[in-house]
Formats: sequence, C-alpha cells, structure tokens
Amino acid sequence: MGDYVEYDITSGKPHPYHLVNPSPWPFLSAFAGGLLALGLVFWFHSFEIAGINLDWAYTIPGLMAVLACMFFWWKSVLHETMVEKVHNHTTEHGMKLGMALFICSEFMFFVAFFWAFFDASTMVGQENTPTKLAFTGGQWPPVGVEVVEAFGLPFLMTMILLLSGCTVTWAHAAILEDKKDDTKTALWLTVALGVIFLGFQVFEYGHVHYGFADNIYSSTFFMATGFHGFHVFVGTIFLAVCAFRALKHHFTPKNHFGFEAAAWYWHFVDVVWLFLFVAIYFWGNTIGMNLK
Amino acid sequence: MNAAHAAAHGDDHHHDHKPGFFVRWFCSTNHKDIGTLYIVFSIIAGLIGGTFSMIMRMELEQPGVQFLLDDAGNPNGQLWNVFITAHGLIMVFFVVMPGLIGGFGNWFVPLMIGAPDMAFPRLNNISFWLIVPAFFLLLASAFVDVGAGTGWTIYPPLSDMGHPGMSVDMAIFALHLAGASSILGAANFIATIFNMRAPGMTLHKMPLFVWGMLVTAFLLVLAVPVLGGAITMLLTDRNFGTDFFRPEGGGDPILFQHLFWFFGHPEVYIMILPAFGIVSHIVSTFSRKPIFGYLGMAYAMVAIGFVGFVVWAHHMYSTGIDVNVRAYFTAATLIIAVPTGIKIFSWIATMWGGSIRFTTPMLWSIGFIFLFTVGGVTGVVLANGGMDLALHDTYYVVAHFHYVLSLGAVFALFAGFYYWIGKMSGRQYPEWMGQVHFWLTFVGVNIIFFPQHFLGLQGMPRRYIDYPDDYAGWNMVSSYGAYMTGIATLFFVIVVFYTLFFGRKVDGNYWNVEPQVMTLEWTLPSPPPFHQFDIQPVVK
Repeated sequence: MGDYVEYDITSGKPHPYHLVNPSPWPFLSAFAGGLLALGLVFWFHSFEIAGINLDWAYTIPGLMAVLACMFFWWKSVLHETMVEKVHNHTTEHGMKLGMALFICSEFMFFVAFFWAFFDASTMVGQENTPTKLAFTGGQWPPVGVEVVEAFGLPFLMTMILLLSGCTVTWAHAAILEDKKDDTKTALWLTVALGVIFLGFQVFEYGHVHYGFADNIYSSTFFMATGFHGFHVFVGTIFLAVCAFRALKHHFTPKNHFGFEAAAWYWHFVDVVWLFLFVAIYFWGNTIGMNLK
Repeated sequence: MNAAHAAAHGDDHHHDHKPGFFVRWFCSTNHKDIGTLYIVFSIIAGLIGGTFSMIMRMELEQPGVQFLLDDAGNPNGQLWNVFITAHGLIMVFFVVMPGLIGGFGNWFVPLMIGAPDMAFPRLNNISFWLIVPAFFLLLASAFVDVGAGTGWTIYPPLSDMGHPGMSVDMAIFALHLAGASSILGAANFIATIFNMRAPGMTLHKMPLFVWGMLVTAFLLVLAVPVLGGAITMLLTDRNFGTDFFRPEGGGDPILFQHLFWFFGHPEVYIMILPAFGIVSHIVSTFSRKPIFGYLGMAYAMVAIGFVGFVVWAHHMYSTGIDVNVRAYFTAATLIIAVPTGIKIFSWIATMWGGSIRFTTPMLWSIGFIFLFTVGGVTGVVLANGGMDLALHDTYYVVAHFHYVLSLGAVFALFAGFYYWIGKMSGRQYPEWMGQVHFWLTFVGVNIIFFPQHFLGLQGMPRRYIDYPDDYAGWNMVSSYGAYMTGIATLFFVIVVFYTLFFGRKVDGNYWNVEPQVMTLEWTLPSPPPFHQFDIQPVVK
C-alpha cells in the first residue's frame, strides 16, 4: 500500500491460531433467537393459534432453544480448552480482546438508559414542552412520586456489590497462588453475595410505590436498575460456572481466562451499579432538580 | 497447546479438504465461506430492496396515485410508507452492511493481514445467520397488520401510538437481531485485526481496507448498542406502557431522535469506511502507484470515525433544539469535510501521473470518487443549521444521501465485486460486460438522483405518495433513470451467473498488481485454498 511493504510468504513459522471445526450451534442459535423474537411478538399481541392465546408461554420454545444452544456451544469451548488443549497464549489474547469489546458494547447499552434518565431528570419541562412540564411539575423526582431512600437498602446493596468485588479479587489471588480451597470459598462467597443482591433487588421492586408503566420516573428507574439486575443475574451464573470449574480444578495459575472474563464482567456490573446508585438513588432521589 | 498440535487436531484443515454441503454452508467456521454467504445474501436482499424502489419510482413517475391503492381503489399512503421503510432498512442493514463488512470484510481482512481465519470462527457464523431471521422478521412485518410505515428512523409517536399492530414490534426485533449480528461481527474483526496480523505488519503497514474495517468495527461496537437501548425502550413504550418517549407521562419523543442518531450518524460512516478502503486499493492497483499519503488516509478514517460520534444532532435541526446547540453541530459537522477532503484529494493524487488502467473496478472507483464528492458537497450545504431548516425532509436530502450511499457505498460494493470476483471464484467476468454494467448504472443513477436536487430546492417533501403537478417533469426524468438502473441491475445478475459458470479461469495475480502496491491476497491462488497461510507470511 502506502510505504513499500514487502512480504516473505515462504520462510515464516506455522501460525499459532486455533482453527475451529465446523459447528451447528451458531446456525441453530441464530434461529433460536429468531424464534424467541417471534414468541415475544406473539405474546405482546395476544396472538391466537387455533383460537388459543398462549400468552407469555409463546416465549418458551425460543427461550429453551437459546439456552440449549448456549449450553452446547460453551460446552464445546470448554472441551476445546480442557480436553483438546488447543488454546495458547495467542488465542487467549484474542479472547481477552473479545471479552473487553463485549463489555464495551454492554457499556454503550447502559449509556442509552442513562441518557434516558438524565434527559428526563435534568430536562423536566419548560414552556415549550408544556405536557411534560405539567406532568413533572418542573421538578425531579416528578411531583407525587414517592422515591426510595438512597441510604437505606440501596446503600446496603452497594456495600454488598463492593464486598463481592473484594471476594472475586480474593478468588483471583487464590488462583494465582494455586490455593484451591481458597479459590472455591471465595468464588462461592461471591456467588452468594450476587444472589443476596438480587434478593434485595426483588424485595425493593416489591416494595416501591410505583410500577414500570406509571411514569417517566418509574420507567427509567426500572429499565436502568432492571437491566443492571439482569447483568448481575448473568454475572452470578458466570461466576457459579467458574465455581463448578474450580471444583473440577480447571484453573491453574497460568490458565484461568474463563475466570478472568467472569471477574471482568463482575467488576463492570459493579461499576455500573455505582453509577446507578450515585445518579438515580443519590442524586436523583436526594438532590434532584427543582426549577421553581 | 502449540500450533503444531492445533494443526494436527483439525484434519479438516489440510489439503484443501472441504466438508460436505450442509456442514460447509450451515455450520461453517471458514471466513471465506461465510463471506460468500454474506455476499449472496447481500445480492438477494439488494434485489428485493431494489424492487421496492422500482415500485416507488413507478408510483412517482406521474402525479396522482396509480399503483399503491387500497382495496377500495383509494391512494394508500400507509402502503407507501411501508415501502420506503422496507427499502431503507433493507438497503442499510441487509445490503450495504452485509456486503461491505460481512462479505468483503470476511473475505479479505484475514487474507490481507496474513491470517488463516477470523479470531472467532463460530461467532463469525452466528453473525451471518442472525441476519437471516432478522430479514424474515423485517419482510414479514410488511405483510402483517398495517405494516411498519415509520421510515427507517422509527420515530415515536408514529412508531408508538401510530402503529398499534404487530408489524413495528417485528421490525424492532429484526433490528435487535441484526444489531446483535453487527456487534458480534465487529468484536470479531477488532480481535482479528489486533491479534492475528502477520509478524512485522505493524498498524502503520496495514492495508487501508483493513484500516477501514478496524474503524468501522469500533463504530459498530460503540454505536449499535445505543440503538439497541433505544428500540428496547420503544418496545416497552409500545407493549408495557412505559413513558420514555411519551410527554404525557413525563417522557420525551426527542430523546428517541437523539438516541437514534447517536447510532444513526456513525452508522453512515459504518457504511462508507469499508468503501473508502476498497476504493483505495483499486485506485492504487490500477494507477500502478502506492496510495498517496498512506498514513494521512488511515488517520483520516480514524478522524472521520471519531468526529462522526459528535455530530448526530445535525439530523435534528428542525426539532426545536437550542440555537447554540445547532451552532455547535453545524461547526462540528463541517469539520468532517476536512478528513473527507484529505481522502478525495489523496485518491486524485494517487491517480496523478499514474499509468492508469480503466478496468471495470477502476471505473466504479472513479465513479465513486466523483459521485461521493457530489454527495459530500451537498452534505456541507445541509450541515448548516440555517440552510437545513429550508431543506429538511425535502428531496434535496434524499438526493444527498443517495449520492453518498447508493452512488457511494453501492458503487464501492460493485467495485469490490469486480476487483475481487476473480480472487473469490477463480473466474473472471468478461470486461465488456462489466463496463456495460458500469455505464448503464452510472448514467441511470445520475438521472435518478441529480434531478432530485432540483425537486428538493423547489420544496418537494420526502415520504409522500403523491405531489403537485409542478414537480411532474423532474419526477418523470428521475423515474426513467430508475428503470435504466433497474435494467443495469438485471444485467448485473446475468454478469454474476455468466462469470460463475463460464468466466475465464484466472491465476493468483490476475490484475498484475505491482510489487509496490501488493497486498497479501494476490500472493494466493484464485480461489485461495480452503485454509490459507498455514505458514505465516512475514512483512520484511
């Protein structure tokens, strides 16, 4: 191209990459995803097949298919790394890049929901947006919305997640020092903290004075915290898989990328919660906006 | 653990041994086969999306409504809206992106960087197959209830209260699936480019197509999830009664436009940066000169990608946003003309003094440079917040974005096709057929879109099924151009089949690419073996 680049195509070394064998799971996963989407549409629109409306049950075939594909796909990855031993330093670097990029894309998902929150909470309406102004009363939280006290349960949940960040780091250190018992303890402790967090979130959702569809406050609240809660759920499963793998002594001080990916994901989920706590619970609920 | 083990493990990888039909095409983990699937998909979707535009131009050929009528014989404006929506979404998500990124990206990124395959071959396959159910959902959405007549921008409240049936939800899920496909594919490209370059190929020695794909992939990873979030909120507004975009519950319809265009503007660079890369290679090959200002060309694409993220609200000048905001977005948008100008001038400087061969891919590339410049210049006009208030939602905008996309990105698709079809299939198209296709298309598309500038300046609005008689003349001309382009496209289908079955067989470097512009795909036979570069090439 630009500068004169010369290639030598004969005297190089064999490539270090892993060429994956053909696999049915990507193809099946894609159509499982399509089936799930179709099931959701049928559910949302009370679609009737032969006069029967299956409601949310329309999503079951797609969901089952997606979960099955995920299971078998990842099973083959584990087989490749543990039995075939085709992963090396180079391929692991590729996977680290892949995981980091996946987390970047997840971050941008949250950007959309935070954008919705800050749009709603900092622009509560003015003369040229009278409908919105009438609704919010020119303040955030909008008039009449009973909000959760930031330094009650949400602060406890923050502490739980921060503590889980410590235990997952403990697990990492234990893997690096090949302390197998510590690894298991720390991982199961992290999983337990994740479950406790989710339990508290379910409790909170059951006790707030608003529902998802009530108003812009509740919509942004449930969308942002709910999407985060789903990520905690996924991260907890990811860590639980790691804990099972630790029981089978899959991790060595040199090879434990599966765990590292779970830990990165967990820290990411942790950081998102800190933003949620500061923005929605602390700033939004405690300080907020008042244009009057 | 090591490479020898990896090679011994997969006996499928040796001696060009290909798996059977089902495994090869449905369970593929081969970047070239997946690239071929993408290109075939892109051509089929292009013919479907093109059919929509042909019917639209037939309808607009004369004032009054002749074809798109409801059962009672009345003009069916909703049907019109469904057509423009389907046309836009198909062309963006199912033609240009699969063709340029999935097709040529898959085929030539690994070849150009000297890699045996992509970083995540299974992920590569799901990226392709996800767009198939997505395409079915999108096509089906046009046939259920009233169809999705929202425009490709799916703004609420039209896409919310305006479309109570299933169709918009199906379109939203189509975008979810296509978006997942794009994000996974993009992560795959970045990991491939960062991790699998031949020893010695530093980023500053990387071919420009790979640079274009790298920047594109970053834009995809950062922009598409924001669209995902936006359409998820639209979905819950529609089906769960949330209030994100509903002012009566404290929400904000303009929020959707911000989120959409925060994705949508990088999206237009996603469609054009791989095209820039392809054109750079072709111009340099057929001028027999290294590209002028290689590093400037690479970093111009980086700059376009970067600035592309901070100009989104120039699509929203007429929404009532603050005048200072409009001033900022005008200035930021105009800045993009600088790196784009660097690219245009560097292509011209590459041709300058070169020993130019006017082959079909070179004609498409020169056509690209010329017509993309025209679209870029009208883009500079539209970037001005004051000017745009007059031209917003007129045919001037339609002409502008078709010049940069249909006459830009699609020209690059054809350029890449003619440049590489010999490499991909081992058979070369007949040169006269390629040139006939080019000239028919070049004249045809200009007849379609150049008069639309006049229509827009005269005030003809977009997205209407009918127009006052005053606009009849140029609309008729535009429609005749469309028929000419339609004939050219059918001719292209003939070229494809003729080439694949009867084309002249070619050797590895059938364009006689000179050493000073050599990229690695020309060191391989045509078509390349099932897996190439078992021995890594080395950059000296």
